[in-house]
Amino acid sequence: MDQDGETVGMFCDREHNDNEGEPTASSYAQEEVEQHVESIFKSYDYLSGLDTEPGFPLLRREQHKQFLLKSLMYLPESFSKLDASQPWMLYWILHSLALLDVRLEDKMKDGVIKHLQKCHNTQTGGYGGGPFQYGHLAPTYAALNSYVLVGTPEIWSTIDKVSMTDFLFKLRVGDGSFLVHEGGESDIRAVYCAVVVAKILNIQAPDLFEGSIEWIVRCQTYEGGFGGDPGQEAHGGYSFCAVAALYLLQGLHMCDLKALLRWTVNRQMKYEGGFQGRTNKLVDSCYSFWQGATVVLAQMGLHSSSPQEAKTKEWMFDEKLLQEYVLLCCQDPYGGIIDKPKVHKDPYHTCYGLSGLSIAQGSDESRIVGDAVKNKVKQVHPAFNLPVDKLSDAMAFFYGSKSS
Amino acid sequence: MSETSSEGSDGDRWVFYKDRPDWKDVTPVKQEEGPFPVVSIAYNAKFKDVYDYMRAVLKSNEISERAFHLTKDALELNPANYTVWQYRRLLLKDLNKDLREEFQYVSQLIDEYPKNYQIWHHRMVMVEWMDDPSMELDFLKEALYNDPKNYHAWKHRQWVIKKFNLFENELEYTESLIGDDLRNNSAWNQRYFVVLHTGKLSEPDQIRKEISFALKAILKTTLNESAWNYMRGLLIHTEKGVLEAEVVEFCEKLYASGNKSPHLLGMLIDMAVEGDDPKLDERALQICRELANRYDHVRAKYWNYMETIVKEKIAATKVADQKATNANEAASDVKNN
Repeated sequence: MDQDGETVGMFCDREHNDNEGEPTASSYAQEEVEQHVESIFKSYDYLSGLDTEPGFPLLRREQHKQFLLKSLMYLPESFSKLDASQPWMLYWILHSLALLDVRLEDKMKDGVIKHLQKCHNTQTGGYGGGPFQYGHLAPTYAALNSYVLVGTPEIWSTIDKVSMTDFLFKLRVGDGSFLVHEGGESDIRAVYCAVVVAKILNIQAPDLFEGSIEWIVRCQTYEGGFGGDPGQEAHGGYSFCAVAALYLLQGLHMCDLKALLRWTVNRQMKYEGGFQGRTNKLVDSCYSFWQGATVVLAQMGLHSSSPQEAKTKEWMFDEKLLQEYVLLCCQDPYGGIIDKPKVHKDPYHTCYGLSGLSIAQGSDESRIVGDAVKNKVKQVHPAFNLPVDKLSDAMAFFYGSKSS
Repeated sequence: MSETSSEGSDGDRWVFYKDRPDWKDVTPVKQEEGPFPVVSIAYNAKFKDVYDYMRAVLKSNEISERAFHLTKDALELNPANYTVWQYRRLLLKDLNKDLREEFQYVSQLIDEYPKNYQIWHHRMVMVEWMDDPSMELDFLKEALYNDPKNYHAWKHRQWVIKKFNLFENELEYTESLIGDDLRNNSAWNQRYFVVLHTGKLSEPDQIRKEISFALKAILKTTLNESAWNYMRGLLIHTEKGVLEAEVVEFCEKLYASGNKSPHLLGMLIDMAVEGDDPKLDERALQICRELANRYDHVRAKYWNYMETIVKEKIAATKVADQKATNANEAASDVKNN
């Protein structure tokens, strides 16, 4: 700050939200978040002025690692409410650790595999949210991703593709959508999870996704993003599920890609630098991945390029601003990523905050904010959200050494 | 309530299932942990006890009153356990339970956990089973009063409105929500849902009415993307799209007044791309650069991309013009010969 109290420094060109003299509940909430973010920016400007933090802003790699390893083993009582999401927590933690290039000890891998096996439900098929729980598409997706992350072919060979195919068919609804479990709700998450499971395991069943592309396209709204069901508001998480599923089903060209791109890039906040999930909602670090990856996939659709070709491209969001949001505003000093300032950390936001960082960094080191070596996280595949090396190992296995 | 009541779920009167005589015949099923437990949650004693018995009941498929009460205790501890909800639905049917009571129960839980997938789904199933949507709109009004952007509540509202054809007062409802907060994008989305499903988007007069509604909101807050997006959505259904005269006129006037809203400027670019005025193409190029460098810097790369789209359009127009000129010349050559 200079003597007049005006902000100078690296954040001074960022503009605050302008309510145009018409404040409403939405603009009040927005202004409150910007105030919190501004105070963080100001303190960093001050610190960097003192030159106390070389390589600033720094990814707190060691702290995140400690937080994640601790969470892998032990979760406090408050996590009882996530008792039906145990494979999810494994995926969030293992994926985050992989992004930070932390190798798991064999006994940890063994513990993960044993636990996932207990979550497998032989009666319903698929994996449940915990031992003795019914098979559900979301934990099934998370369990499979966790197997990929553990990276042991001996376990991959034990996955029963036939019963998994039956499970997927049981949840298929006639119009191409899917239920999350028998008797459960249906929305675009279910389709995405089913597509990923089938794709990774190389399940060849032509009619499994009959009508799915058309159903997904019906979820695209007038804004350009996708809702969870036809008619629902465009939303970052559902939009990602839709676009990634379309990509995997080779149906991206069936949706309005230009409108999708416009809506998605408009979700990046000009002051905070992170993404919001919906129009006029607040920034949240998890959308760093959901929206960031959607921009990547939309660009791949517009230029019909492969991930390999697209790697060299620049994404149409501000990669620097996004990294700054995650690194400056969302790192808990004791490890873990938070949603936004003043909110608690958790494995979910750690996973998607780091995944978003990976998307923003791409494969080009010159894009990395801060120290290019210390801050680098592993590259993820934008549709699977798995590290590309681990994914290609698993794909090579399931496709008989031929990667897809 | 007796000492051994299995309904002892309030505070100090809680009796562990393992100590209840009426559960003596059941062997609890533990969630066993191996030598290296992972994502091991520090459940409290009550949680462990309830779920040990819940697992036992799921395993034996017991259909009984006591199993029904047990699901309630289990859901109170974790309302996101979809397995317990599914089992409860089985019991509701097999025990022929009063669904009105279940409705009370689910309403209470939604108040407590308004963002839980499973509870909202359970409510949907109850409405379906009873084939009675009469309480829904009032209930949802309350839920949306507490959180006007609650995604689950909106999903339920759209489902019930569509299934039971309850569109009658919905347009007014969205208008009142937009009046409260014209940045409430969920309300705008709902308005679109209503006009789409009531056939208004196939009637030009109705579309015009909606466009006026959107333009009025835009005039109040030109940076409000919700209103701009809604208008763009309406234009999909018009003959001329972004070149609708009323909208073109509105945008030009707003631009002439010096407004630099990126949403306005984005519209002007799209109008140029769709239109056939070379002067507007040139202006669009200029606007792309201004957006990238100044008015919407965070999206600089997107606006650079839009600049290439405008350039491609200009190039394509030139090629088409050239072709037309060549064709004319060829035609006149033929004539002259």
